[in-house]
Amino acid sequence: MTNQTTINLEINGQAHTLVVEPRVTLLDALRDHLELTGTKKGCDQGQCGACTVHVDGERVLSCLTLAVQVEGRAVTTIEGLSDPGAELHPVQSAFLEHDAFQCGYCTPGQIMSAVSCIREGHAGSDDEIREYMSGNLCRCGAYPHIVEAVREAAKVMS
Amino acid sequence: MRDFSYLRASSVDEALSAASMPATMLLAGGTTLLDLAKCGVNAPERVVDITHLKGLDAIRVDAKGAFIGALAKMSRVAADPAILAEFPAVSEALWQAASAQIRNMATIGGNLLQRTRCAYFRDPASFPACNKRVPGSGCSAMEGVNRGHAVLGTSDACIATYPGDLAAALVAFDAVVHLGERKVPIDDFFLLPGTTPHKEHAMHPGEMITAITIPASAAARHSTYLKVRDRQSYEFAAASAAVGIEFEADHETIRDIRIGLGGVATKPWRARTVEDALRGKVLEPDTIKSASRLAVEGAIAHGGNHYKIELAPRVVERAILKSGALA
Repeated sequence: MTNQTTINLEINGQAHTLVVEPRVTLLDALRDHLELTGTKKGCDQGQCGACTVHVDGERVLSCLTLAVQVEGRAVTTIEGLSDPGAELHPVQSAFLEHDAFQCGYCTPGQIMSAVSCIREGHAGSDDEIREYMSGNLCRCGAYPHIVEAVREAAKVMS
Repeated sequence: MRDFSYLRASSVDEALSAASMPATMLLAGGTTLLDLAKCGVNAPERVVDITHLKGLDAIRVDAKGAFIGALAKMSRVAADPAILAEFPAVSEALWQAASAQIRNMATIGGNLLQRTRCAYFRDPASFPACNKRVPGSGCSAMEGVNRGHAVLGTSDACIATYPGDLAAALVAFDAVVHLGERKVPIDDFFLLPGTTPHKEHAMHPGEMITAITIPASAAARHSTYLKVRDRQSYEFAAASAAVGIEFEADHETIRDIRIGLGGVATKPWRARTVEDALRGKVLEPDTIKSASRLAVEGAIAHGGNHYKIELAPRVVERAILKSGALA
């Protein structure tokens, strides 16, 4: 048995107890230990934003966060953005309506980031949306539609 | 990433005593520590998490200046109304740095301590030689792809650029780094690479940044940060300048001017020769242009980064004009 530690995490309002090595990132804990694979592993180096989740309501990169660091903090992933069977979150609906993706791999990170971008009050203009969404890369180049979706979702959420 | 043991510090004293142990690193936002651990550059045996410490994230601004706790997040400092009012260049440098997610994670103390680094430093598997990683082993950047490397403050051992934006603004306005009771002016805090590029700052083992302070000044109040880069956002500076100006009562003679440079030097760079050339002068375009050239006095290029010697003075010039319009 290597260096393992027991941690208690609150993910999407549910308590989970995990046994992990301290070096395990929040991203790997979500995907490999909790089977919450909505959060994507893109670069795994803090450059692409695909792994964006919310910790205590703020967007962060789960690939550069240790799972053990977020004990006692509330984590929200794309799976927890709207309740199962309930209506989609306005940002999710806007991404569908505006066709704001092609392959979809960056989409969960884009949506988590967009929710924060709007909440932070940084969706006031297309330029501001582009600036404050710049931490989320889209290799397919769906940026124009992503900006449209964020702009429209911001109207619904205001 | 090599495995490590994890300790969550519950007091500054506990963090400091744990950090005094060998092969131990303090963990704050983690955006540099974990990135470099994944690259194989960092291999700590112990990681001491200081993010659960209370009372180290205060932001206070009064008539004397700003006090910013080491654990204050970049995003909070950038958005603080008093920082924006009294130190606009600091706020602008922060929100133009990294991405929104990283700014929510990274702390002010950790931001200062992000490594002075380059692509060769980050890739030990492909480039075992690096004077910063293994002193005396050599440098692949000198003859390599060095478009982003420094032209000021370089040595025969290292030409990596200090990549931070915030520190360029802090060095312009004489910020002070608090290591508990010990206080170090920021210009002395960062070290030139010389023959010891692995030593980047003046901290002793077992010390920890607890806060930074920035003295209030009219120049800081009328300041701006101009960042020029290869893409419009989420990119390091090719060259940047933090500039603040205070005029005499005639509103055109420069009483005080402060200039910090980013993206072009091995440490946050104070352009004192430009300041000296402009203090007491009337702010007019030809004077600014010729003074701005002094920013790159003594600059040395290594091929790919030659453009920075042309670019940096133009960035300084534009930032002075912008700052002058604010004063």
